[in-house]
Amino acid sequence: MSDTTATTAPERLGLLRVLGPGHVWALGVGIVLVGEYMGWNFSVGKGGMIAGLVACWVAGLLYTCVAMIDSEVTSTVAAAGGQYAQAKHIVGPLMAFNVGLFLVMAYTMLEAANAITIGFLLDTVAGMFGHTGLNQKPFIILTILSLAWLNYRGVLASLSFNFVITAFAFVAIILLFFAVQFGVSAVPLDFSAVTNDPLPYGWLGIVAALHFGLWYYLGIEGTCQAAEEVRSPARSLPFGTMAGIMTLLIAATLTWYVCSGLIPWEYLGNSGTPLFDAARVTGNSGLMVLLFIGTAFATTASANGCINDASRAWFSMGRDRYLPSWFGAVHPHYRTPYRSIVFLVPIALIFALGAPLDQVITFSILSGLLGYTFMTFNMVMFRRKWPLGTIKRGYVHPWHPLPALILLILCGATYFAVFLGYGTQLIAMLSFYIIASLWFHFWRYRFVRRGEQFTMPWPRPLGY
Amino acid sequence: MAYQPPKQGIAGQIIDVFVLLVLTVGALYLPLYLGLAGAAKTPATIENPTWEALGQNAAEQQQWAALGYADPASANEIITARFDYTFSWTALIVMIVAVVGYFVLVVRLSQKEYREVIAERFGDSKS
Repeated sequence: MSDTTATTAPERLGLLRVLGPGHVWALGVGIVLVGEYMGWNFSVGKGGMIAGLVACWVAGLLYTCVAMIDSEVTSTVAAAGGQYAQAKHIVGPLMAFNVGLFLVMAYTMLEAANAITIGFLLDTVAGMFGHTGLNQKPFIILTILSLAWLNYRGVLASLSFNFVITAFAFVAIILLFFAVQFGVSAVPLDFSAVTNDPLPYGWLGIVAALHFGLWYYLGIEGTCQAAEEVRSPARSLPFGTMAGIMTLLIAATLTWYVCSGLIPWEYLGNSGTPLFDAARVTGNSGLMVLLFIGTAFATTASANGCINDASRAWFSMGRDRYLPSWFGAVHPHYRTPYRSIVFLVPIALIFALGAPLDQVITFSILSGLLGYTFMTFNMVMFRRKWPLGTIKRGYVHPWHPLPALILLILCGATYFAVFLGYGTQLIAMLSFYIIASLWFHFWRYRFVRRGEQFTMPWPRPLGY
Repeated sequence: MAYQPPKQGIAGQIIDVFVLLVLTVGALYLPLYLGLAGAAKTPATIENPTWEALGQNAAEQQQWAALGYADPASANEIITARFDYTFSWTALIVMIVAVVGYFVLVVRLSQKEYREVIAERFGDSKS
């Protein structure tokens, strides 16, 4: 029976299966925790303090849906590239090409934003010691190059490194919260803006704030990128992803509370390093050092995870010939996608050295948002083509299709939020993806081996 | 019979990479570089500002001081800057059409390709 027989994929040099659930958690939270250290606060700038909090929780709901959907599909399609591999098996090659680009753009822009923040942080600290006008560019370049080198050398080393610095950055937020609660701060917590000026932009501000509210969690779906390097994907991926989203929900709420209480919302809405600024306001030098290290670690961990994820997505596309096959090479000694890692370095540098933080963040958010929109119909198509019981799933998420529907509604609201103030970038990004799609379909697709795009040992999809 | 893709030479691969780089920099970086993208807040500064006139209470004044803004005039622009959220319905409709149109385009073209993939992987369903 031809429709149930799996063909054996040709043997090739594969990635090492060395990662456990702790690494999956570290990869997801490591990329995302930086969202508490910078960027989320622009949501307060777009809508005020209340809007920032509502955005935090609504975005949390959005990402809970993302984590539920992603855990089911990824634990079943356990291949490098995460959502890219899902799109290839469920929707088709062009969608997969687009999803691959979403991932690469979202993570490369996030990497650039992290490098900008490290430069800004060092500039702020230098200014506190009287050395104003620090040249940030050498630090930005050094950050990107050194992390690319670490990734070039091996995934286990780089993700073990992430595990340690992510844990530190998370503990730093908890310590700041308790220190402030127990009166360490010289300046009191003040939430008077919540009552005096609750919605400076009215209800529209709450929607607008959702744009940067995504930044609290953006990248949690990155756990799926390492599916081919996880020892037990069906167990580790759902566990690591769900643990990650719970960690982030706690950290996001604590972050909002401490920062909104210690920093006037008008300043908070523009701050480059809000948690470090909150520590500055306390006047406690121990907290300042702690949050300085926390910010540096969070941005480093995030940039490190971003390089890991973006390069795997690029590598997967090269291996499938969606991009030149030269990118599909694995390093003979380190077993890493070294050519993809090196190629993405200059793109990250261009944006890190030449674009403002909020706009780089917006590009990352937009690519992520397009990816979440894809997840909604991808999930529906997955259940329709392979209903429950027809293939072995590592995890089955409850209440389908409710999470997909909620996710679609929240994505629609977020497009509108981005449109409020950043509509030009939305159109620029869509133009990029439309032109790239036409280029792929009418040119690049001719180099793709059709049958090899479906590697899972599943039966023929229903309706085909 | 399985589809045999043409072999792409080194020059072709370099051109393809170049196209993607030009697309990335041209569509995403150039609008930023030319100042065509991104939102800006507009300050509505007040003359002879005081903390009270700027709506800052005693605790907030301490917070501003700790952040390096001891003088209300130095915080005047930050406190009074606001986004302008007025928008045209035409622009909103264009955005909706662009987002929906993009996904419809990608899914429809993908489906065409997907049928080829399934046919090659599992054989023609009519045979």
